[in-house]
Amino acid sequence: MATATTTLSAPPALSVRGLNLYYGNFQALTDVNLDIPPRRITAFIGPSGCGKSSLLRCLNRMNDLIRSARVEGEVLFHGDNVYSSTAAPTEIRFRIGMVFQKPNPFPKSIYENVAFGPRIAGFRGDMDALVERCLRQAALWDEVRGRLKHSAYQLSGGQQQRLCIARALALDPEVILMDEPCSSLDPIATLAIENLMRELAPNYTIVLVTHNMQQAARVSDYTAFLTVNERRSGYVVEFGETGEVFSTPRERATEDYITGRFG
Amino acid sequence: MRQSQIDTVRGISAEQFHRSLRGRRLVGKFAVIIFLFSTFIGLATLAALIIDVLIDGIPWIDWDFLSTYPSRHPEDAGLRSALFGTIWVAGLTALFTFPIGTATAIYLEEYAPRNRMTQFIELNITNLAGVPSIVYGLLGLAVFVSFLGMGRVVLAGALTLTLLVLPLLIVAGREAIRAVPDSYRQGSLALGATRWQTVRYVVLPSALPGILTGTILAMSRAIGEAAPVIAIAALVYVTFTPGHPFERFTVLPIQIFNWVSRPQADWQHVTAAAIIILLIVLLSMNAAAILLRDRFQRRSEE
Amino acid sequence: MATRLLSGNRAERGGEMAIHAVLLGASVISIATTVGIVFVLLSESLRFFDLVSVWDFLTGTVWTPLFRPAHFGVLPLVAGTVLVAGIAIIVAAPVGLFTAIFLSEYAPDRFRRIVKPMLEILAGVPTVVYGYFALTFVTPLLQRWLLPDMIIFNALSAGLVMGVMIIPIVSSLTEDAMLAVPRSLREAAYALGATKFEVATRVVTPAALSGIVAAVILGLSRAIGETMLVTIAAGATPRLTLNPTESVQTMTAYIVQVSFGETPQGTPVYYTIFSVGLLLFVMTLAMNILGQWVVRRWRQAY
Repeated sequence: MATATTTLSAPPALSVRGLNLYYGNFQALTDVNLDIPPRRITAFIGPSGCGKSSLLRCLNRMNDLIRSARVEGEVLFHGDNVYSSTAAPTEIRFRIGMVFQKPNPFPKSIYENVAFGPRIAGFRGDMDALVERCLRQAALWDEVRGRLKHSAYQLSGGQQQRLCIARALALDPEVILMDEPCSSLDPIATLAIENLMRELAPNYTIVLVTHNMQQAARVSDYTAFLTVNERRSGYVVEFGETGEVFSTPRERATEDYITGRFG
Repeated sequence: MRQSQIDTVRGISAEQFHRSLRGRRLVGKFAVIIFLFSTFIGLATLAALIIDVLIDGIPWIDWDFLSTYPSRHPEDAGLRSALFGTIWVAGLTALFTFPIGTATAIYLEEYAPRNRMTQFIELNITNLAGVPSIVYGLLGLAVFVSFLGMGRVVLAGALTLTLLVLPLLIVAGREAIRAVPDSYRQGSLALGATRWQTVRYVVLPSALPGILTGTILAMSRAIGEAAPVIAIAALVYVTFTPGHPFERFTVLPIQIFNWVSRPQADWQHVTAAAIIILLIVLLSMNAAAILLRDRFQRRSEE
Repeated sequence: MATRLLSGNRAERGGEMAIHAVLLGASVISIATTVGIVFVLLSESLRFFDLVSVWDFLTGTVWTPLFRPAHFGVLPLVAGTVLVAGIAIIVAAPVGLFTAIFLSEYAPDRFRRIVKPMLEILAGVPTVVYGYFALTFVTPLLQRWLLPDMIIFNALSAGLVMGVMIIPIVSSLTEDAMLAVPRSLREAAYALGATKFEVATRVVTPAALSGIVAAVILGLSRAIGETMLVTIAAGATPRLTLNPTESVQTMTAYIVQVSFGETPQGTPVYYTIFSVGLLLFVMTLAMNILGQWVVRRWRQAY
């Protein structure tokens, strides 16, 4: 069995230690161990049902919202366990941003969408400047500068998704979790988001779940391959630098998946 | 670099954040208490109402109370005429409402073309459901009592209540019919059944429990209504039970209204006793409707 | 001559058309009801407006149709109606909203399954019963603890009880609107570090705002049209006041007061109830249409 941890020079942004996830009696993840390198893009790939989105949602405790979900093990963020009894899910999600599969802007103005996070967190500085910075970072500023007060629903799907990224950036998160952010977008909008991820990578730790292997190969620095089989629920088969995982996979299951023989 | 000149949220220290988070959580906890309290306001009022009525009325309920006519003396007063009046009116209303409401629901769900006329009928039904009940009373007074010359009789009351509760039944009926899976219809049509045969032998039997539930609920609304019936029946001293639809009548809510404003304490007890009877009738109808709905749901899940 | 195969269309069509006609006929009854209401209210009101000008009716501040000298200014009735309905909505809007937030965002399924039918009962209790409760329970309670000088028939008790009565209308429509807010928006807010309270008040409530506004408008419309509760508990004194501790008369209560006296057809007083009814009908219809418009116009296509 492969060990899913890799030795890295810098201390990891997030460390997953012996993580098991259950939905009621169903086990979704088994013994996941991972070190997410800082200021890089890490992709989770694998067949559908392998638990890659569930794993992502463990990192900022979004699984708490599902009543039947239960987590064992640790997720370390700055050395503190995200699941310790003293950790507040609110604070974890404040420091770890998330972008979802389908763009989900609030039914508010473009401006208010970006300002939402800082407002509830008690930000007292110059909101206009903050909103502008985030929209610029998300490569959306030039398209929306004249209509910040318009409803976010007037934007196209790709623009909405970039707005959701701007909304997450507004909290200055160290980590941004992206759950198949391009799966509902057309190829041009997808390209814009991928470019954006590359631009953000030097300053942010990005964890990307994708069902699209080309996307993982194009944008990510590191890749974790998860799978599921009769004997074992979702687990990490292989984790390493993207180039290595794709060119010289160490495991048979990874190779099968990458070459299209499975999944 | 431009970014560094701008305030950032990361500038909020962990300490500041924790302090504000404590405040935010406190607000949240306080709010939950208010939300929960609000939820119980309605229930507490309902409980207070029921207890108040029971305390005032229970000692006054006996067989004589149900079987004697109203009287000038509270200790002799009874509900006989009101009970029979309610049975008459509710029975006739059900007789009229069920076929008309069901037919309308069938028409709108199974036959109506998607055109402006249909939209107009639907909009019209929605708005009729929002018309104050006393306005139906005025309609009945002008049309049934005066124009058609029926006078202030059972039939006029029943027809007025029919118009009042019809929208309720139509809405319930449509929901029940819509819940019948399309595959049933297609199966029937594929066997060579006509549209009507499909409705009659496939759709209606499946939708019937839902329609009956709607009918019961509509009837309980009709039985509880006082305003429109007062406009029809007026506030009379009825000391007989109606023998046919063209006699004068009174109903339970009118009798209650008649008694409620009398200042003497004994009348308050009589009123409470009558309310208990009315609530028993209505609650058992509601319970029947819920049971019917449950049984129907369970069967359709099988 | 032998009947040809595939020629049964004519016979089948004939039967189907007859059925179609019968069903359409049933549906037309609801349109006839609306036409009847409008026609009756207008034609009887027109006779009244032969005696009193529309302007005097709508702007007059004294309403004494039963005494001499008779004045027919409807404003005191409108004021009474607005006062009672206003108190009711001040109670029902926040309580209904909070109840809906609790049921949709906080309550476990089991709690909701038990509480919702109980709230439905609240909406099903006949309004004469609420009248009794306001008159014999709430008024004495207020007199004892808060307002010792308040008279027995007053707008406050009627308004408070009516407020509780319309809580289920406001809360169930509001809850429907909140349940329609997609989960993805709640997740987005949680992912930004929002607390449950912030998700409920800053995301779900604004997103459901059109439904909430509509719920309040429809609740208000219901309060304006409500009859027996105000007739029993608010009094029969047409008075141009906004003082909730005074006795007032609403439009609906006036109609009942005149109807239960069996006023003969053809007298001016008989016609007044139709003109007051017309005003009531127009007010509630306008609010219902406004409510539907708000929902349609501001509906969020998430």
